Amino acid sequence: MLASITALLLFQLAGEVLVQWFGLPVPGPVLGMLLLFIVLIVRGGAPAALRDTANTLLQHLSLLFVPAGVGVMTHLGLFATEWLPTTVAILLSTAITVLVTAGVMRMGAGR
Amino acid sequence: MSTPDFRDIWVYLSTSPLLGLTLTLLAYQIAHALYLKLGSHPLANPVALAVALIVAILTFTGTPYAVYFEGAQFVHFLLGPATVALAVPLYAQWPRLKKLFGASMLALAAGSVASVISVWYIAQALGAQRQTLLSLAPKSVTTPIAMGISEKIGGLPSFTAVLVILTGVTGAIIAPSLLRASGIRDDAIQGFAIGMCAHGIGTARAFQLSETAGAFSALAMGLNGVVTSIVVPIAVNWLG
Repeated sequence: MLASITALLLFQLAGEVLVQWFGLPVPGPVLGMLLLFIVLIVRGGAPAALRDTANTLLQHLSLLFVPAGVGVMTHLGLFATEWLPTTVAILLSTAITVLVTAGVMRMGAGR
Repeated sequence: MSTPDFRDIWVYLSTSPLLGLTLTLLAYQIAHALYLKLGSHPLANPVALAVALIVAILTFTGTPYAVYFEGAQFVHFLLGPATVALAVPLYAQWPRLKKLFGASMLALAAGSVASVISVWYIAQALGAQRQTLLSLAPKSVTTPIAMGISEKIGGLPSFTAVLVILTGVTGAIIAPSLLRASGIRDDAIQGFAIGMCAHGIGTARAFQLSETAGAFSALAMGLNGVVTSIVVPIAVNWLG
């Protein structure tokens, strides 16, 4: 558990350093994910401890978005005037995005 | 000697991160229990319920967001290592991923452009201010990337964070049933489409559908972050 958390943090750190160094338009953790993915492919598998830690973290992935979501309270004023265009645009655009993505992928996969 | 009254204890506690952290974990568990009790109904999204509960409590006690975040930041921080951890389920799908690589790339480009253009035109038609349009444009990607894009093009990064969460919750609620209704049964495609529109919150939902859906959602979320950070500045320039 301790070793795999350290490993995750090290990959995140490597991602952050590379992003800063090369001025990449990606956040460090996403690059860290890519680096770990490549290492797992080269290594030919993930250690059991890492799989357990990853599962535990990802089981509660929703929880991790709560603190940022509570930030809505700092924008209640802006939201009060812009709630209609934002909520309708988000609802429709989300539906469009999911259908376009799935439709194109199904065509591309030929099924 | 007088015993401290409740207000003194409150003042003492409100200066430590303990309250914000405990409140976050408690509210989420209440929200999650409620979600299960309602038969995992998509409308009872645990993130939305927990956020509503916490906002109500903070407003009622007059606690500013910054004070709450002192404690909640420890949960927020875990987003980083959790994002890295997505490599593990992604690796488990490697054989499937190789087969679907071409289709994924096409869907990635189409979905990213569709998201940015549709949200821009719809919000504009409904009379949104320019600053709101700029804050909305990167709505489908994960919070840290979206905030970075928003800052670069002149939106309000903290407003973007809220719109991103709203988008994630919306996608988690509507995407799975929308996909089923349109006859898309392949869980790799379902997952990829959910991750494209609803980033990490969608990914959390996709993992409930299946391990494969979750992994493909994580993949779409990561790739979409990269592509959208290129698409948005170009699209905004073109949309005017």
